[in-house]
Amino acid sequence: MVDAALANPALQADEPVLSARKLARYFDVSPPLLNRVIEGTPRQILRAVDGVSFDIQKGRTFSLVGESGCGKSTVARLVVGLYTPTHGELHFEGQNIAGLTRKEMVPVRRKMQMIFQDPFASLNPRWRVVDIIAEPLRFFDITKGEAATQKRVGELLSFVGLSPKDGAKYPHEFSGGQRQRISIARALASNPEFLVCDEPTSALDVSVQAQILNLMKELQRELGLTYLFISHNLAVVYHMSDDVGVMYLGKLVEVAPARTLFARPRHPYTQLLLNTIPDLDMKGLDRAPVAGEVPNPINPPSGCTFHPRCPFANDRCRAEIPQPITLADGAKIACHGVEEGRIPDTV
Amino acid sequence: MTDSTNDIIVTRSLWFRFSDGTRRFFDGDVFYSFKRSPVIMVAFFVTVTYFLLAFLAPWVAPHNTYDVITLNLMDAFKPPAWEAGGDPSYPLGTDDQGRDVLSTIMFGARVSLTVGFLSVLLAMVMGIVLGMVAGYVGGKTDAIIMRIADVQLSFPAILIVLLIDGFTRSVLPRGAHEDLALVVLVLSIGFANWVQFARTVRGSCLVEKNKEYVQAARVIGLHPALIMLRHVLPNVMSPVLVIATISLAIAILTEATLSFLGVGVPPTQPSLGTLIRIGNDFLFSGEWWMTIFPGAALVILVLAVNLLGDWLRDALNPKLR
Amino acid sequence: MANQSPNKPLLEVKNLRIEFPTRRGTLTAVDDISFDIMPGEVLGVVGESGAGKSLTGAAVIGLLEPPGRIAAGTISLDGRRIDNLPYEEMRKIRGRKIGAIFQDPLTSLNPLYSVGRQLVETIQTHTDMTDSQARRRAIELLSDVGIPAPERRVEQYPHQFSGGMRQRVVIALALCAEPDLIIADEPTTALDVSIQAQIIALIKRLCRDNGTAVMLVTHDMGVIAETADRVAVMYAGRIAEIGPVRDVIKQAKHPYTHGLMGSIPTIGHDIEKLTQIDGSMPRLTDIPAGCAFNPRCPRAFDKCYVDRPERIAVEKTEVACWLYEKEAVHG
Repeated sequence: MVDAALANPALQADEPVLSARKLARYFDVSPPLLNRVIEGTPRQILRAVDGVSFDIQKGRTFSLVGESGCGKSTVARLVVGLYTPTHGELHFEGQNIAGLTRKEMVPVRRKMQMIFQDPFASLNPRWRVVDIIAEPLRFFDITKGEAATQKRVGELLSFVGLSPKDGAKYPHEFSGGQRQRISIARALASNPEFLVCDEPTSALDVSVQAQILNLMKELQRELGLTYLFISHNLAVVYHMSDDVGVMYLGKLVEVAPARTLFARPRHPYTQLLLNTIPDLDMKGLDRAPVAGEVPNPINPPSGCTFHPRCPFANDRCRAEIPQPITLADGAKIACHGVEEGRIPDTV
Repeated sequence: MTDSTNDIIVTRSLWFRFSDGTRRFFDGDVFYSFKRSPVIMVAFFVTVTYFLLAFLAPWVAPHNTYDVITLNLMDAFKPPAWEAGGDPSYPLGTDDQGRDVLSTIMFGARVSLTVGFLSVLLAMVMGIVLGMVAGYVGGKTDAIIMRIADVQLSFPAILIVLLIDGFTRSVLPRGAHEDLALVVLVLSIGFANWVQFARTVRGSCLVEKNKEYVQAARVIGLHPALIMLRHVLPNVMSPVLVIATISLAIAILTEATLSFLGVGVPPTQPSLGTLIRIGNDFLFSGEWWMTIFPGAALVILVLAVNLLGDWLRDALNPKLR
Repeated sequence: MANQSPNKPLLEVKNLRIEFPTRRGTLTAVDDISFDIMPGEVLGVVGESGAGKSLTGAAVIGLLEPPGRIAAGTISLDGRRIDNLPYEEMRKIRGRKIGAIFQDPLTSLNPLYSVGRQLVETIQTHTDMTDSQARRRAIELLSDVGIPAPERRVEQYPHQFSGGMRQRVVIALALCAEPDLIIADEPTTALDVSIQAQIIALIKRLCRDNGTAVMLVTHDMGVIAETADRVAVMYAGRIAEIGPVRDVIKQAKHPYTHGLMGSIPTIGHDIEKLTQIDGSMPRLTDIPAGCAFNPRCPRAFDKCYVDRPERIAVEKTEVACWLYEKEAVHG
C-alpha cells in the first residue's frame, strides 16, 4: 500500500500535494425563468466558495472549520471533482485538475478518495458490503480476478477493524461507527494518497467518534496519507490537524498551523469561534456569548463580510475587502484590523 | 485469513444469493404486513387465480370458444345453469353465438391481462428511462422531458389512446390492422401511461442522486449511465412497483373501455370489454348473464389489483409503518 | 413561585420503564430508571443515541409516541402523579406546568401562522388575558429571549426567522405559561456553534431569573458542563451514574462515563490517541445480562455478567457499577 504513495517521482518533497489558487464556486439559486419574468426579480448568485487559496503538504492534515453555510463542504466537493470550479485553479501533484473531464480525472481519482458525513446515506442500502468495497477495485481494475478481489476486500475489512465475514452482510446490519469503517475501507480500496474527509464523525456518538478518529490517525501514520479534513467541531480539528483554515461566508479568513491558531487566534472570527467552545474543564467562567448570526450568503455584507458581527470593525472594514497577509509565524490572515495591529490577542 | 476469504466466495454463490434473498423477503416487513391482512391475502389469491385461469384457459376452460367447429347456434342464449332452461355444461349460460360465457370470460381475461401487462411494462420502461434521465441529467433535458409530460398529462389518458389508436388505424393498411390490433392497443395504452412513472422516478432520482452513496460512486469516477443503472435504479424501484400495480388496473380498464367502444381488440379475440359490449346489446331483451358476468369478472379483477397496489404502497412506505 | 418548597422535588421519576411492543417481542427502551429534579434545578440527561434519554423526556411530558408505552413506574410533578392522566388533563399540564423545547425549531412551529399569533394563542389557552394584553406579553417574551425589534418580528412567520432565532421563539413559546419545568430535548444540536453558546446562555439566564427547573436532554457533554447542576448519564436505557455535574465530569466513577469523558478531544490537550471504548452500545434486542456495559467494560468481572448493578452512593454521586460494591466490601 505504501509503495503507491512513494512512487511519484514528479512530486518534490516540499511541493504541496494539493494547492488551491483563488478557487471559487458560484451557484445560481435564482427562481425559475418564468418567476423572474413575472416577479421582476434578478438572477441570484450564491458565492459558496469565493477565491480560496491554500496548500496541503504531503502526509499532513489540513482542516477547514467554519459554521454551516461557510462553504467548507463545497471546497471538499470541488477538490474531489463533484463540482467544477467557477474559476480558480486546483493543482494535485502539480497537475491542474480544475475542469478535467470525467475520463481525464480517472487516474487522479484513484489517488484521491473521499469519506462522507452520513454513514447511513453513504452506503448503497441494496448492496452487500463486499460489493460496496469491491466497486473501486473493479472499476480501477486493481485486482485481477474475482478471487483476488474478494481477498483484497477481506484485507481491507480487517484493516479498518471489521471481520472479513462482514462482507456478506448489508449496510443496515451495522451500527453507525461500523458503517463509517466500511466507508473508510471503500475509500482505501484504490490505495489513495489523499483523502477528503467531510465531517466524518459529526453523525457519530462521541465514544464511536474517538474510535474513528483513532483509526484515521493510525491509517495516516501507516499509509502516509494526506487529509483534507472538514469539520465544525473545533476540538476534533485541534486533535486531528497540522494546519487549519477558518472559513467564513465562502472565504478563508485565517490559515495557520493548528497549534498557532488555537494558541493565538488572530482573526476576530476565529477568536469568536474559539470562545464558543463549551468548557469541559469547568472553570466556571460565564462567557458572554457573541451576538449575531451568519448573514445570508446570497447578499453578503460589503467589504469584510464579517464586519457586522465584528467588535473591531471600522469604515475601512465596511468598504474594502481584506486580502490575506502572511505574518511572521506563517499565519495567513485576511483582516484589516490585524494588518493595522488594532486587534488585541484574546482568549 | 484464507478461511474467512473462502467464506465470502462461498457466500457469493448464486444459490446463496437466491436463498438469502428469499429468506430476507419472508423475514421482511412486506411479507409481515401481508400475513397480517386477510383482505390483501384474498386480493392476492383472486389476482393469482385470474392469472392462472386466464393463461391456462386453452387447457382449463370448459369449451374452446375460438374453435368454430364446436360452436352450435342451437346452444345460443342459454341462461346460467341454475336458471330454468339452463344447461349444466354451460354454468354461466351462453351468448348469442352459443359460446359458453364462463369460457369466454376466461379467454377474455387472457386478452385483457395480456394487453394490460404489456402496456404497463412499456409505460414502465419508458417512464423509468425518461424519468432517470430527467432526474439525473437535469437542466434543459429535464425541462424538455417534463414539459412534454405536463402537456400529455393535461389530456385525459383515454383521449391519448384514442388519438394514437386512430392515427395508427389510418396509417396501417386495413388488413394489417386486424393482425396488429393488439400491438397497437398495447403501444397506445403504454404511451398514455408513461408520465406517472417518469414523474415518480424523476422525483426519487432527485432525492437519491444527492445521497452520499451516489456521490461516492461519482468520486470513484463511474460513468453516469452506470451509476444510474447500478446505484440509483435499484433504489427507486419501490414506488415504481406500486405504480405498476395500480397502472395495471387502469390499463385493464382502459382496454375494456376501448373494446366496449369498439375500437379496441378485434371481435375475433374478445376481451372482457368486448364481451360486455356484446352482452350490452342483449341486456334489455332479458339475457342479462351475457353482460353481468363479464362485468363482474372485470370489477373483481380490477378491485383485487387495486387493493394490492394500495397495500403495496403502504407496505413499502417506511413512514407509514 | 417554585421556590416555596425547596426540599421537595418538583419532578419525581420512579422505576420508569418504557417498552415498545414489536412483532419480534417487546423491547425495553428505558429500564427501571429513577431520578428527581428540584425546583429551579437544571438536570442534564446525557447519553449516546439510543440510550433512551429522549424517550425519558417524552414520557415526562406525556408525548411518548405509540407503540411506545410506560410499562411500569411513576412520574410525579409536585407530588401528583402525571403518568396516568387522561390526554386532556395532561395537555393542560403540558402547557401550564411543563414546557418543551425540541431539537428542530422548525417542526415545533406552525409555518402557517405568524409567530405572534402562535404566542398569543398559547398565552390565552393558559391565562385569561385579552387580545391586546396577550399581544403585549408576546412582545415581552420575544424581547426576553433576545429577539431584536420584537414589535416588528411578532408579525412575521417562522420561515422569516433564522435557525437560532427560531429556537428563541420556541423557547418563548415554552415560557408562555411560566411553567415550573422545561424539558429541553437537544435544544442546540441543530444549531451552529456560535448560536449554541447563545442559546445555552439564554436557557441559563431564564432559569435563574424565573426559577424554572430544566431537564436538559443532550448528547453533548460540553453543553451539560456549561448548563447543568446535576447530570444523569444514561446507557442502554439505564442510568449509569447520576450526580453533581462537576463530580461526574471531573471524577467519573462509572467506567462508561470515564471512557466517555476520555474519548472527547479537548483543545490544548495534545494526545496522539483518544481513549476509546471499543464496540458500540448494544441494540435493544440484545442487551446483555447483568450490567449492560459489560461487553465494552475494561474492568468487568464475574458479577457484572450475572447481576444488574443497583445504584450505589459514592461520595456525592450514585453509580450503578459493581466495582464500588466491591470496594465497599473490601475497603
